[in-house]
Amino acid sequence: MSAGAVPIAPSAKRRRALPGTLVGAVIVLGASLALAFFPSLFAPYDPTAFDYNAIMQGPSWVHPFGTDNFGRNMLSRVIHAYRIDMQIAVFATTGPFVFGSIVGALVGYVGGWVEAVFGRVVDAVITFPFLVLVIAIVSVLGPGLRNMYIAVGVVDWVFYARLVSAEVRIQRRLDYADAARGMGYGHTRIIFRHLLPNAITPAVVYLMTDMALAILLGSSLGYLGLGAQPPAAEWGVLIADGKNFMTTAWWVSVFPGIAIVITGLGFSLAGDALADLLRVNR
Amino acid sequence: MPLLGFIFRRVLQTIPTIAFILVVTFILVRLLPGDPASAMLGDRAIDADVQRINAKLGLDQPIPVQFLYFTKAVFTGDLGNSIGLKLPVIELIAHRLPVTLMLTGMAALIALLVAVPLSFVAALNRGGAPDAIIRGTFQIGLSMPVFYVGLVLLTVFAAKLRWFPVGGYGQNFLDDLYHLFLPATTLALSLSAVLMRNLRAAIIGVVGADYVDFARAKGLRARVIMTRHVLRNALISTVTLFGLSIGTLLGGAVITETVFAIPGAGRLMIEAIYGRDYPVIQGLTIALALLVSFTFLLTDIVQAWLDPRVAR
Repeated sequence: MSAGAVPIAPSAKRRRALPGTLVGAVIVLGASLALAFFPSLFAPYDPTAFDYNAIMQGPSWVHPFGTDNFGRNMLSRVIHAYRIDMQIAVFATTGPFVFGSIVGALVGYVGGWVEAVFGRVVDAVITFPFLVLVIAIVSVLGPGLRNMYIAVGVVDWVFYARLVSAEVRIQRRLDYADAARGMGYGHTRIIFRHLLPNAITPAVVYLMTDMALAILLGSSLGYLGLGAQPPAAEWGVLIADGKNFMTTAWWVSVFPGIAIVITGLGFSLAGDALADLLRVNR
Repeated sequence: MPLLGFIFRRVLQTIPTIAFILVVTFILVRLLPGDPASAMLGDRAIDADVQRINAKLGLDQPIPVQFLYFTKAVFTGDLGNSIGLKLPVIELIAHRLPVTLMLTGMAALIALLVAVPLSFVAALNRGGAPDAIIRGTFQIGLSMPVFYVGLVLLTVFAAKLRWFPVGGYGQNFLDDLYHLFLPATTLALSLSAVLMRNLRAAIIGVVGADYVDFARAKGLRARVIMTRHVLRNALISTVTLFGLSIGTLLGGAVITETVFAIPGAGRLMIEAIYGRDYPVIQGLTIALALLVSFTFLLTDIVQAWLDPRVAR
């Protein structure tokens, strides 16, 4: 190696610094989870305590996010809302993710007419305006988060199933799938131990986007009075509480909205970071 | 004519979709506690009315027969009567839907006008500061709920600055445009973000293509290359995305109309939910879903016309 052209570039590239998206995602989502699990550790006040001596006060050192029309500390209310909104992100998406991935793996593996029928189901489901259908289902079942999860679940699994089935269809033709068949493994083992782990990446990346969408949906329903029910602290409900005071006490609605945006960005960053990481490993 | 064949096949494909829409809305109302007639007539229903409605709707028949009655009613435009407003649902929809169409149409137009130039700026400065700023701003826009954007715009531009009316609907076409500007902008934000992201990627892909190099080698001016070659080809995938976004846009309209107090179909939906007006909820769900499937059909045809490879 007399020439100076020592190939350091590839190894240096492999041990590059952590991607910024990953760092951002870990910070934002880590903080969000901490607030969701232990809101009382961080909230300076009881989120439901009325204080008639401090009604509609603007942001100050005592009340960084101000107070609402009952003198409740908005910082504490925004923090306590993390519990419900992070719950929405997880509960609304986990069922569809698991069920959709399993269905997608089976459909992609079996192929043929099953896949053709599934294609028609997908077409039909994406035709429904998602929010309109969820609102219609919630209106029939009654308002509340549990019914929102049901309404989302009816539709949302289709997106995961579509992603996974497309990927399984590619994977099942690869050599390792042939090898697994050659070893005499059963269908179940091939699908769930071999194909699905290799086909799940797009669904996992979409799961992050979907969690952000779930918070947007949950807060929208909360705002309309069809989601989490007051006095529960949920960002959409908090924004609705403050909407009549927007010109005089903007802080009541504005801070919960900022919490939604930051959390949504955290999930987007996590999606980008996961897409990067999982691609590197291939 | 491969295009005609494509249109025929594509129209056939909407049949299962429409069947699915009918099945879902049919089941929806049967999920209600009690029988549909009582639900339709409200709390003060008397037995004779319940029986009359049950007979009229064929609810004394087996479920498959009921479904046929329901299908026939929908196809003849009979969506029942509103409980609260005592009017045929079809009339209410015909009255309110044009407002929503105007709102979503305006939003789509604004989204395009914003997304096309900005995606060019971002794509041609790929990796640079303008790219980062545009993408960052839209990423924040995507994370904002529609009702929140609306509330902030309403407070700043209508209540504080008084540039726009606080809500409602206009008296004539120009007045409508003026009243709908803020709500349409609200609705356009997330769509423009989605379109921008897709167009940016498409432009980056197209700019590197051989035929663009060839056009440049021929000595065509940059503007001609950008509009005739790059934009036209980059727009093809965007047309599909545009169609797919209509459902989201209509869902967003439900919220936007509520925030801005616009008397459209979305506001009617929310009023119907608060009033437990199930025939209206059912009718609107059918109408909006049909509208979306019709839009899908239309955008698929436009795409096949723009890109003949699709029709083959």
